[in-house]
Amino acid sequence: MSETLKIELGRRYRFSASHRLHSSHLSEEENSRVFGKCNNPYGHGHNYVVEVSMSGDVDPASGMIANLDDLDAFVERQVLDPFDHKSLNEDVAAFREKVPTTENLCIEIFQRLKSFPKAKLERVRVEETRNNSFEYAGDNLEGNRP
Amino acid sequence: MVLLTRKIEFSASHLYHNPNLSAEENRRIFGKGNNPHGHGHNYTLEVTVEGEPDPVTGMVLDLKELKEILEREVMKRMDHRHLNYEVAELTGQIPTCENIARVIWQLLEPRITQGKLHRVRLYESPDLFADCYRNGAKAAGKR
Repeated sequence: MSETLKIELGRRYRFSASHRLHSSHLSEEENSRVFGKCNNPYGHGHNYVVEVSMSGDVDPASGMIANLDDLDAFVERQVLDPFDHKSLNEDVAAFREKVPTTENLCIEIFQRLKSFPKAKLERVRVEETRNNSFEYAGDNLEGNRP
Repeated sequence: MVLLTRKIEFSASHLYHNPNLSAEENRRIFGKGNNPHGHGHNYTLEVTVEGEPDPVTGMVLDLKELKEILEREVMKRMDHRHLNYEVAELTGQIPTCENIARVIWQLLEPRITQGKLHRVRLYESPDLFADCYRNGAKAAGKR
């Protein structure tokens, strides 16, 4: 039975950043209509929560899919350092062109974390507020989602 | 198919130590978790069962029964226990979230006869958890 089981490790991280939802392809009026108060020219901020799910074999020597220090250091370098207390629009190259919605943020974080060498990134879930959250699993089969 | 989830909490102590590794390696790999006197957590366990609601009762399974299964299989075994020394099923394994979640799956899976165990999620803290589920569970459910 155990060979048919799949184990995932889930870890939550936090960062705070500002953003403004605005598309250069839309007129001022359209931007205001589509994005509402999120289009405020001076931007606004959120305390984001990033939930990262990794899968892999549990190493019998350590009992772990991945060493937490390795994962924490990787997420710190790839996501938290470049995003925490930053303006997503101004400070993150990917959002010069793309609107920094949490959908796009989720995809960007997935791209930044998928090269983690010690385990397979299954999915990224980002909470923009307690009430809004977004998930992205890249090309992973939906069948592997618990 | 409907998924039903029940949550329970238990408190237990553990330590991370592999006797096949040197003291230094143990400290390097496990850090604070290697403290020889152990430490503890308030664990939160989420057990999800899948199934079709019974046409008569409207239930996937009787929550009372699930509560009793969890009491017997998990609470009695693990609550206010030392996971390294008092839980036979974890003998010889490092009691990480990953391993505890798998052991809990193995304990519960044969006991759940109405509906089917879908997922076990074990939180060691709000920021660290492990999921155990059948490989390709969702795809299987679609057939």
